[in-house]
Amino acid sequence: MADKVLMKGAEAIAESAIRAGCMAFFGYPITPQNETPEYFSRRMPQVGRVFLQAESEVAAINMVYGAACTGTRVITTSSSPGISLMQEGFSYIANSNVPCVVVNVMRGGPGLGDIAPAQADYNQATKGGGHGDYHSIVVAPHTVQEAVDLIYLAFDLADKYRMMVVMLMDGLMGQMMEPVEFHDWVEVENRKPPEWATVGQGERKERNIITSLEILPEGLEKMDIALQEKYRKVRESEVRFEEYMMDDAKYAITAFGTVARIAKTVVDMAREKGIKVGLIRPVTVWPFPYEVLEERANQVDFFFDVEMNEGQMLIDVKLGVNGKRPVYYYGRLGGIVPSPEEILKEFEKKMEVSK
Amino acid sequence: MKTLYKMPEAITERPTTYCPGCPHGVAHRIIAELLGEMELTKKAVIVWPVGCSVFGYYFIGTDAVEAAHGRACAMATGIKRAHPESFVITYQGDGDLASIGIAETIHAAARGERITVIYVNNGNYGMTGGQMAPTTLLGQVTTTSPYGRDARANGFPMKVPEMLATMDGPVYIARAALDSPKHIIQAKKFIRKAFNAQARDLGFALVELISSCPTNWKMTPVEALERIKNEVLPIFPIGEMKVNEGVA
Amino acid sequence: MDKKVIINEERCKSCELCVDVCPKDVLRISERLNPKGYHPVELFDNEGCISCGFCFLICPDAAIVEVRRPVKVKK
Repeated sequence: MADKVLMKGAEAIAESAIRAGCMAFFGYPITPQNETPEYFSRRMPQVGRVFLQAESEVAAINMVYGAACTGTRVITTSSSPGISLMQEGFSYIANSNVPCVVVNVMRGGPGLGDIAPAQADYNQATKGGGHGDYHSIVVAPHTVQEAVDLIYLAFDLADKYRMMVVMLMDGLMGQMMEPVEFHDWVEVENRKPPEWATVGQGERKERNIITSLEILPEGLEKMDIALQEKYRKVRESEVRFEEYMMDDAKYAITAFGTVARIAKTVVDMAREKGIKVGLIRPVTVWPFPYEVLEERANQVDFFFDVEMNEGQMLIDVKLGVNGKRPVYYYGRLGGIVPSPEEILKEFEKKMEVSK
Repeated sequence: MKTLYKMPEAITERPTTYCPGCPHGVAHRIIAELLGEMELTKKAVIVWPVGCSVFGYYFIGTDAVEAAHGRACAMATGIKRAHPESFVITYQGDGDLASIGIAETIHAAARGERITVIYVNNGNYGMTGGQMAPTTLLGQVTTTSPYGRDARANGFPMKVPEMLATMDGPVYIARAALDSPKHIIQAKKFIRKAFNAQARDLGFALVELISSCPTNWKMTPVEALERIKNEVLPIFPIGEMKVNEGVA
Repeated sequence: MDKKVIINEERCKSCELCVDVCPKDVLRISERLNPKGYHPVELFDNEGCISCGFCFLICPDAAIVEVRRPVKVKK
């Protein structure tokens, strides 16, 4: 571990990815995440790695797909409209079982929307997004340090399960400057392509073919069942969440990413007023920590879900709580970040209602 | 007996899924022969397209990936940049390359990407049932140009090699035809140079192969090759459009 | 004499392109059926074959597996 350095989120994730052994970046400019590819464009040549600005997000994700087929640690970063364009590639990557990391710096939508922080791509990220029965692991950091940490985890999980890992962020975290501590460099010099990689058959006995195509329904069903089995293992082993002040909580706020960060302030403010509220923060929004919600439903009076969308994670929270307690929701749309004061005010209203 | 011609090793045992008389198999054989002759088979990664040759990886025995429709050049770029030691070929049809994948193709060419593109043009979408392609000739009847391709309504046939030859990135651009033994021998000569371009780290190369689609053209295989000679080659003339130093 | 053109009948799809390009008309579509239901091509005049290889070059199905030329024995 090195000393702490003060760094913007957008640049810190790039530096972290490079240290995590990311050998190639492919991407296309889009606000609000341009500092990340710009940082990659400076750093990757310095360390003898690949930076390539693609002609479109469609091309970028297919370059990622190609690089992923060689077993190389590869990343792209984009923002909501660009991520929409990449969905085709995500779907192919899923059914080809190749690893990669994608960062979505979410902005206001739908359509061109705006460039302000939002969380409205939750459903797209956690429920698949492209066509077919697939998932990606989705992590949602709430501080710059956590983003730096989760980039390492993202590459490890991508390699472990041979699947795509998405990091959901927003422009607020990208622009935020915080002291961060980077992890040790992952050694890449002597890395060899994995056995399954398509790099030319070489000395291998069998040749490798990476395809998402299986024209016989019976065959495709088998592939699909294998995918679902992989997802079952991910659900079993990779759920991550944080609880904040939940031990004695009578109420639970649920939030992810930037909103979770604000929600911690809300919890602190409420505690000062003597309200026993805590926060349950999914770190992986897929797989989602349903169990902890069900457990805490035995303890709290109600759940209060706060998001920067129209209540997309709300559905997962309700699935976790499973009808045991009321789940209320408060959110802002269009790229507006709710203040701690307004969240607390809305929360107190629900306390009145539930009395 | 002295062997003059022999099926190359890289052609697999598996019979092709192509219609009788479809020249895809000829293009496959040429590629397989050159991979063998140039000792590239074990280094090769072929990026297969969406179209009739979607199962091409069953017929040429190299490492292979299957791209989304039109994305072969982007995927090939990813493979080559991540693993420059691989010999990366894309095999694409005219719908795949000239329509949905034209941006990926042009930009890979502009970047001088060290990949080799084999572009098989049969003037229609074969696999989906013979719809109009960017390369369909004026007046040609297809399932989506039932009155014949009309320039006012559907524009003109796209000549990809001519376009790419104006660019600085490509080092070798050519068009050959698969309609006769003579042209097939020439096609192999052209593709050898295209392979040289990558093997010698010179730049992007593309060879268009004028092909036929007897089934959707509603002709016998022999008639379809006749049509290439009489109708297609006057519009899509064969020859080398760009030959940089070092590829020969 | 050994065959100058080796044919894998199972792969032949009876497209007739080889018959068409053969300059000596030594190939023809046989009466037999292969497992795929096609009448495979056959070399019916080995003597007349000049081993030009046109059939090999035009065959899209790797059915013309090999073309050979008799080696002249020096006396």
